[in-house]
Amino acid sequence: MPTKIEKDSVTGRDTTGHEWDGIKELNTPLPTWWVYTFYACIVFAVVYSVLYPAWPWVNSHTAGLLGYTNRAELTQSLDVQGRERAKFVDRIRTASLAQIRQDPELYNFAIAGGRSAFQTNCMQCHGAGGAGSTGFPSLVDDDWLWGGKLEQIHQTIQYGVRNANDKSRQSMMPRFGADGLLTPQQVGAVTDYVLSLSGKATATPEGAKLFQEQCAACHQPDGKGNQEMGAPNLTDGLWLYGGSRDAVYRSIFYARNGSMPAWSERLDEATIKMLTLYVYSLGGGK
Amino acid sequence: MDGNAPLYATRVKVYPRAVSGTWRRVKWAVLVALLGIYYLVPWLRWDRGPNAPSQAILLDLDGRRGWFFDVVIWPQEVYFVTGLLILGAVGLFLATSLFGRVWCGFTCPQTVWTDLFMMVERLIEGDRNQRMRRDREPFSLGKAARKGAKHAAWLAIAAATGGAWVFYFVDAPSTLAKIFRGEASVEVYFFIGLLTATTYTLAGWAREQVCTYMCPWPRFQAAMLDEQSVIVTYQKWRGETRGKHKAGDSWEGRGDCVDCRLCVNVCPTGIDIRDGQQIECIGCGLCIDACNETMTKVGRPRDLIRWDTLAHQQALEQGKPPGPWRAVRPRTLLYGALLTLVAAVMLGAFLLRTTADLSVQRDRSPNFVRLSSGDVRNSYTVKISNKAQEERRFALDLRGLPGAVLAVTGASDTAASRLAVHADTVGTFRVLVTVPAAAAPSGSHPVEFTVRDESGRETATHSSVFVGPAH
Repeated sequence: MPTKIEKDSVTGRDTTGHEWDGIKELNTPLPTWWVYTFYACIVFAVVYSVLYPAWPWVNSHTAGLLGYTNRAELTQSLDVQGRERAKFVDRIRTASLAQIRQDPELYNFAIAGGRSAFQTNCMQCHGAGGAGSTGFPSLVDDDWLWGGKLEQIHQTIQYGVRNANDKSRQSMMPRFGADGLLTPQQVGAVTDYVLSLSGKATATPEGAKLFQEQCAACHQPDGKGNQEMGAPNLTDGLWLYGGSRDAVYRSIFYARNGSMPAWSERLDEATIKMLTLYVYSLGGGK
Repeated sequence: MDGNAPLYATRVKVYPRAVSGTWRRVKWAVLVALLGIYYLVPWLRWDRGPNAPSQAILLDLDGRRGWFFDVVIWPQEVYFVTGLLILGAVGLFLATSLFGRVWCGFTCPQTVWTDLFMMVERLIEGDRNQRMRRDREPFSLGKAARKGAKHAAWLAIAAATGGAWVFYFVDAPSTLAKIFRGEASVEVYFFIGLLTATTYTLAGWAREQVCTYMCPWPRFQAAMLDEQSVIVTYQKWRGETRGKHKAGDSWEGRGDCVDCRLCVNVCPTGIDIRDGQQIECIGCGLCIDACNETMTKVGRPRDLIRWDTLAHQQALEQGKPPGPWRAVRPRTLLYGALLTLVAAVMLGAFLLRTTADLSVQRDRSPNFVRLSSGDVRNSYTVKISNKAQEERRFALDLRGLPGAVLAVTGASDTAASRLAVHADTVGTFRVLVTVPAAAAPSGSHPVEFTVRDESGRETATHSSVFVGPAH
């Protein structure tokens, strides 16, 4: 289609030689700075594609002379972060829990690390703020199944509850109703007795007698529980599986026996220590 | 319409001529004083003990503190800096309504650095006529050498300017060593580079164009000026009719202006003051010096161009007795009052400034905790800022909730009455507030936390709420 390049008489500029239905196009060249920027970009692209990963291959790509990868960069920055944390983490590994609490700087690091580990590993059951829910103990109150002292919390997190680990917290409440140890009527009597301990029902002599025979070994004759056995206190207002008559009846009939993993199998020692201090700080332990 | 008419006026390069005189001397003195302050202040040392920087004035962005001798500003107190800026602005209004563009002509960094760059240019390339001649000459080795030397000198000054800027934000002596060893941070090199580039461009190349086209100040300073402001004035009634004058000719029937154009040649913005007030005039007074030189030479009274008010000039022109200068006018009174007010508010805020702050955040997950005894507990994160340069102990208290017991869980078992916070840090404590079941409020209940430092002097409070089960 280009016809011939001629000078436009109005503007004095050349035309491109393109003509459509008698309309000719003025030749307006790109500004010089633009052209050179464009050339610079081409040069940059060539240099870049030689130095950095660029061209796709059948099942890989060109690696580039600098050997750069995103993954290597990530590993490197994680290493840097790890080295910066190492000075604290090493001290946490070697210091006792009590010693960490005496050192405000180390303690603050531990609480921050513990909070982060809690949000990743624990909140699924115990809730974001440690408030728990039915079947999953609250960590912010003063009621502790296996003890709320620092060392007790540490042990519970390390080895867990009712799992395959050798050092796991172990205890087993019998399925009194389901396994026929007590008749449904007897379970009902024990339920009333248990509720009477916190003033929520009237007990019968039969219930009291059955409780002393069947339950007192773990829950103690006064019903205040035993942290060695993980047997809950039945006299207070806190119920892990609900405090209604129906819920308590079910607890006795079927038993509950909740479990928790042994975190020493999944997390390192320092993280577990940080978690211990964080959990302890939630409700101040007991 | 002419299709080739340019949209912008092309710049006419200004070749200011050297001049000497009173105002030139004043400008040199101001230049030395201001550059001295700028370059030397970061090197002032101030002993604050081993755990604080020893630089008298330091804006530590990493540490988030402003150090001004014995005063330490925390980020939340940045309003003191805002106050200083407001004082600066109102001060500028007042100075302008009294003396016109003194800021522009004598103290503005653009003026000071441009003056410095022009001095260097004059030392290397010679005065106005030499420079103009050299620019017209074709390329030669000598020309290239002089131009090269000038730009090298400019860049060196610009780099020193950028360096000094950085020293206001980092420790000057150690950073200077690091800069030369190549060990300073990327930020340090970046900002030195940035300020080197802006100084070189603005003071070396852009010069009066910054004042004429880029700066907003000349555009609205007209609102502060009136007929009583002292500005650079050409006494038209005395100077006109202008014309060349030969020695021995009579001065009868003509003005004092001999049209030597010295006032135009020395002007850093390249204007003719005889055309009256114009937006390009920065009020530097160099034309006064130039004209006085000529008036002395031709034997006429000095001050044909002088500092004067429009009102005074008008009176002289009309042959009326000129009134006295009215420095006190509604405008200056208003600016003065505003200046005093802002200064008083700032001084008050500064004197009443406490060195302790309290902030309380209530945990909302869970909203409240029931204990085995039936008691109700809320937990709070309490932050105490200790702005003093020494460790202090604070007593935490709660008002508005009878029967409440405070317990602190944190590093070691501290009592709420003795919370230790290190010097110049924020102490964070987890505080458990427990009330007996019977005393627990239903729903949300306002409470107020207070801390008092051990001396009993400083108190800070923070409002929060205690939430109990709805019943």
